[in-house]
Amino acid sequence: MEKLKFWLQRVAQLFVVLLLVTFGVSLLVRIIPVDLATIVMPVADENQRAAFRASIGLNKGPIGYYLQWLGNFVQGDLGKIYYSGGTETVSGHLIKAMPRSLLLMAYTQIFALGIAIPLGVLSAYRAGRRADRVISNTLFIFSSIPGFAIGLILIIVVGTKLAWLPTLGYATYSEGIWEHFKHMIMPVLSLSFGLISQYTRLLRADMIASLREDYVTMAMSKGLSDRRILWQHVFRPSSITLFTSAALSMGGLIGGAIVIESIFATYGVGFEIFAAIGGRQYIMLQSSVAVIALFYVFFNLVVDIGSGFVDPRTRDRRTNV
Amino acid sequence: MSSLLSIKNMSVNFDTPRGSLEAVRGVDIEIPAGMSVGVVGESGSGKTVMCRAAMGLLQGSTVNRTGTVIFDGHELTAMSKEQVRELFGSGMAMIFQDPLTALNPVRRIGVQLSEGLRVRLGMSKSDAMARSKELLELVRIPNAAAVLKSFPYQLSGGMRQRVMIAIAISCNPKLLFADEPTTALDVTVQAQILQLLRELREDLKMSMVLVTHDLGVVAGNTDYVAVMYAGEVVEYAPTKKLFADMRMPYTEALLNSIPRVDHKSGTRLTVIAGRLPDPTNRPVGCSFAPRCKYAQDKCTTDHPELKTDPDGHIYRCWFPIGESL
Repeated sequence: MEKLKFWLQRVAQLFVVLLLVTFGVSLLVRIIPVDLATIVMPVADENQRAAFRASIGLNKGPIGYYLQWLGNFVQGDLGKIYYSGGTETVSGHLIKAMPRSLLLMAYTQIFALGIAIPLGVLSAYRAGRRADRVISNTLFIFSSIPGFAIGLILIIVVGTKLAWLPTLGYATYSEGIWEHFKHMIMPVLSLSFGLISQYTRLLRADMIASLREDYVTMAMSKGLSDRRILWQHVFRPSSITLFTSAALSMGGLIGGAIVIESIFATYGVGFEIFAAIGGRQYIMLQSSVAVIALFYVFFNLVVDIGSGFVDPRTRDRRTNV
Repeated sequence: MSSLLSIKNMSVNFDTPRGSLEAVRGVDIEIPAGMSVGVVGESGSGKTVMCRAAMGLLQGSTVNRTGTVIFDGHELTAMSKEQVRELFGSGMAMIFQDPLTALNPVRRIGVQLSEGLRVRLGMSKSDAMARSKELLELVRIPNAAAVLKSFPYQLSGGMRQRVMIAIAISCNPKLLFADEPTTALDVTVQAQILQLLRELREDLKMSMVLVTHDLGVVAGNTDYVAVMYAGEVVEYAPTKKLFADMRMPYTEALLNSIPRVDHKSGTRLTVIAGRLPDPTNRPVGCSFAPRCKYAQDKCTTDHPELKTDPDGHIYRCWFPIGESL
């Protein structure tokens, strides 16, 4: 019962966050100091513009405008893209872009964690010794190269010189699994390098702290192997920061891969936002940001639920406060 | 009398930024089979380091251990880490001072308790769980089935210490290192835990090294006592003999500093003046000389070697108590 109450409260909090974020973005769109109708529809006549203002509620004042937008949003109407003459909808674009971004994010996370977890565990286990120094220094170099630079180097070397992988575009599963991954490898690598060094450093620091704990000596005195101690006794209590950070970067990867999506023409959500800004499609911008906020909030909730599994102490702390 | 554990000239150094820290210096000690040996001394005297080093639990590139440790016929100091590990659980086991930090916070009691059984004794998962329940009952934990499914933070301090004892005795060790097992507990629970350890020792025919700074605990629970000071064993004798006829001025000072109920109220507590010497810069002579009320010139210039009385009483002092000057 207490647990249910806790989760209801938590969901309610996140709901409030969503409302505040979307209202904030809605206000931003309203305070653009030029007539929205003019920039969204540069070649329309005054009648069309008036119809546009009325249709999206620009004549209603900030709150009325927001409520109308919200009402449409929850019904799945995210507005239109007006430079197309109003035939294309924002939801149509996002539905096409979202799977690309989600898959790109998922592959990036799986790849980054898959590399970072063994590296972090190894460098904590060998802290201060050669393996640790090699790992730390290499990652430091990689983390200081921005993702787009890695992307460009990959395009030049792997895409152009070696001609192993396509440099542009996206392929769906139905076009062949291998074709799909061929288009994903380079964007995923470009996005991963920074994350790998971030994750490895987080895990290494927490593992080193945990390795000093008495329960590690206790596990040693039971006669367990180092491997077993590292993975079963030390990794889990040391992984909370890592997983929190990973979950929060998922939200960022969905909308924030703008540069990488543009370089590789993946045309995910990040690219759509970029296009919306470039084409002055502020309604699309507003709706896209709301969708990304929705994912952020969702992954936050996942962190909350997941941390209870990783560290049971947080589970009771919630209801005992 | 045969020794179960024999430590010969063992030293432990830690590399620190300030130089080498000598935590344990040339310790020689024999733990007779079936006996309980107390190790007493102030905080920082090297008691815990000595026990952990004897088992080989100190790891890392900054730890240097020299000397010989022989346990039950095995020369631990000549064996690989993996070989020594084979002796853990069924040969040697250890219980720790603070059961909250020594139990893994994110794993259930049942998993932590059955783990040793599965790894060391090769039991199946269900057998190990069933045995774990028996072990919890053996250490007098009520409602053992529920405790198996609990996490450490859900238990009281006394219960946690019982769980830790259950883990330590799970593979029937010949020697149990108890590193201040009652320090983190309140007094009534202390007595229960000590009682439990006494009974288990008799039932399982287990030897024990009981590390403590509480001479009262030593008096009632040990057959022999080693007194440690500044990383050295300074006196070693059967418990009764040590309390009746101590030779080392440090032991006397330690005993005198126990508060007593028969002192008049308002009496100042006796303390040993001064502090333990800096472990990176030990005195040339006797480590205790700067604080010793019997100290003479020789004490500050020459380091005393261990002397053994004909009756086996060992001490490290130029001018022991009871010897005419």
